[in-house]
Amino acid sequence: MAHRSAAIEASGLEKSYGAVKVLRGVDLSVARGSVFALLGPNGAGKTTTVRILSTLTPPDAGRARVAGFDVITDRRHVRRAISLTGQYAAVDEMQTGEENLLMMGRLTRLGRTEARGRARELLERFDLTGAARRAVGTYSGGMRRRLDLAAGLVGHPEVIFLDEPTTGLDPRSRQAMWDVVKGLVTDGVTVFLTTQYLDEADQLADRIAVVDGGRVVAEGTPAELKERVAGRRLDLVLCDVAGYERAVRQLGVRLVWSDADRLTLGVATDGGAAHVRALLDEIDPERRAVDRFTVHSATLDDVFMALTGHTARGESRNATGESAAEGAKEAAGV
Amino acid sequence: MSDAIVLTGRTIRLTRRNLDAVLTAMLLPVMLMLVFVYFFGGAIHTGTEYVTYVVPGVMLLCAGFGSANTAVTVIHDMTGGIVDRFRSLDIGGTPILAGHVAASVLRNTVATAIVFGVAFLIGFRPHAGPFDWLAVAGILLMFILAISWLSACFGLIARSPEAAGGFTFLMMFLPYPSSAFVPIDTMPGWLHGFAEHQPVTPVIEALRGLLLDRPVGDSAWQALVWCGGILVVAAGASGALFRRRTA
Ligand SMILES: Nc1ncnc2c1ncn2[C@@H]1O[C@H](COP(=O)(O)OP(=O)(O)OP(=O)(O)O)[C@@H](O)[C@H]1O
Ligand SMILES: [Mg+2]
Repeated sequence: MAHRSAAIEASGLEKSYGAVKVLRGVDLSVARGSVFALLGPNGAGKTTTVRILSTLTPPDAGRARVAGFDVITDRRHVRRAISLTGQYAAVDEMQTGEENLLMMGRLTRLGRTEARGRARELLERFDLTGAARRAVGTYSGGMRRRLDLAAGLVGHPEVIFLDEPTTGLDPRSRQAMWDVVKGLVTDGVTVFLTTQYLDEADQLADRIAVVDGGRVVAEGTPAELKERVAGRRLDLVLCDVAGYERAVRQLGVRLVWSDADRLTLGVATDGGAAHVRALLDEIDPERRAVDRFTVHSATLDDVFMALTGHTARGESRNATGESAAEGAKEAAGV
Repeated sequence: MSDAIVLTGRTIRLTRRNLDAVLTAMLLPVMLMLVFVYFFGGAIHTGTEYVTYVVPGVMLLCAGFGSANTAVTVIHDMTGGIVDRFRSLDIGGTPILAGHVAASVLRNTVATAIVFGVAFLIGFRPHAGPFDWLAVAGILLMFILAISWLSACFGLIARSPEAAGGFTFLMMFLPYPSSAFVPIDTMPGWLHGFAEHQPVTPVIEALRGLLLDRPVGDSAWQALVWCGGILVVAAGASGALFRRRTA
C-alpha cells in the first residue's frame, strides 16, 4: 500500500449503545512507525475506539482506515495487518505460556516449527522463559500482561493495539511493560495504546489525543499538551478562611483545584521564579495570607481540568466540600 | 478448517486440565446407574434383567449431560477477552464453536465408553453383533454432536455461566420422562404424549433394540432425524447467535 499514508486514519467516528452516545465524532491520524496514545478517564470511549479500529465493532457513522485498508469494507485485510491486546487478558489460564504462544502461532498460519521458534523467541524477549512450561493461572499480573502482549506479536503485525497495557500493574511491572513497548517501535511497527495515565502517555507516545465524553478534546505531542496546562502547578496553603476565600475569588477560572477544609488551592504556573513571585504578589500583596507553597509537575487531573473543566474522575472545577477534599487527596497522591 | 483443528486441540487441553468437569460427567451417570440397578431395580419390572434395560438410558444421560457442558465452555470464552483476540485474527464464530463441539465429542465419547465398561462390570450383557455395535456408536455420536451444538447455542444466549449450567440440568432431566429408566406405560396417562414423542425416546429405543438384538422398528430413523434436525438447526443458528453476541 501507499508508503507515506498514515497507519491509522479515522474521521467522524460515532457510536451509540442504546441511548448512550459513546463516541461523538472522533478524528485521528497516526503516522507509520510511531506510538500514539489515547488518553482518557473511565468511560471516555477508549475501548470503543480501539474496537472500531480493530474491526470488532462497526461504527454508526464515520470512516477509518488502518494499514491502508477500510475497517468496514476491507475488514479481512485490516485483520491480517493488526494485533489486538485488549483491556482484559486474552490468554488461557489453564494452558502454559508456551502453549498459548504456540496456539497463536498456529492460528496466524505459522508452520509447526516456525511457531515453536517464534514462541521461544518471544518468551525470551519478554523474560518468560523460566515460566514457559507453567500454567498461566500461576503467573503474576505483570507476567500475564507480558504474555498477553507477546501473544499479540506472534504474527508480526504492522499495527499493534494495546488497550490499557499497564492498568493494575505495580510500578516495576509497569516499567518493564514500558520498556517492552518502546522496544516494539524499533521494529518499525505502529503502536496505538490507550491509557488513563499522563505519565505513561508522556513516556511512550510520540503524539497524544485526550478523549473525554466521546470526543477528542486535545491532540499533540506530550510537550505541546503539557504546555497547554503550563506544565507545573503552584499549590498554596492559606493562613485563614478569609484569606482563602479572597484568593479563590481572585483566581476565578484560573483555579486548578481547591480544598476548603485544608485551605489549599492550586494554580497553573510555568514553575519559573518570576512567575511564582508574581502570582504570590497578586494573591497576597500584604504578604500575610499565604502560609506555605509547593510547585508540582502537572498531573492528568490538571490536564483534564485545563482542557475539559473537570477532573479525570468527573469532579467539577468548582468542587467544594467532600469531593474537593477527595480531589486534593488524589492530586497529592499522583 | 485448520483453525478449527487448532482450537479443538486447545479445548481438549483445557478439558484435560479441568478434570473435575470430566469426572462429574462420568461419575454422575455411573452413580445413577448404580442407584437404579441396586436400589430401584428390584422394584421395576421391565421383562428383562433391569441392568440390561437401563444401560441405554444411562448411556444417553451420560452423553447428553456431558455434551451440555459445552454451553459452559462456550460462555467462558465469550465472557473473557479471548474471543476478541480470535476475531481480530479473522477467525469466525464457526471454527471457534466447532472447536468446542469437537472437543465435546471426544470428551463424551471417552466418558460414554467408560460408562459402558462399568455397565459390563455390574452384569450388563448385550446380544449385539458387530453391525449393531457400529450402529449404536453412530447413533450415540450423532446424539452427542447434536446436543453439543445445541448446547453451544445456549452458551451464546446465556448471560452468565450459571445460566449456561442450567442447560446441563435440562439434559440431565430429559431422560426421566422417557423410556430410559421405566417403561412409559407405567407413567400417568397425561405424560404419555410427551414421553413417547420427545427426542430422547427414539434414541433410547433404538439403542435398546440394537443392543438387545430386538426389532428396532422406526426408532433408529426417528432418532437420526431428531439428531440430524437438531444439529442442522443449532449449527445454522449458531453463526447468527455468535454475530449477535459479539456485535
Ligand atoms: N457493549 C456495550 N453496551 C452498552 N454500553 C457500552 C458497551 N460498551 C461500552 N459501553 C459504554 O460506553 C462508554 C464508553 O465505554 P468504553 O469502554 O469505550 O470506555 P473506556 O474509555 O474504555 O473506559 P475504561 O477506562 O473504563 O476502560 C461507557 O459508558 C460504557 O458503559
Ligand atoms: Mg476501556
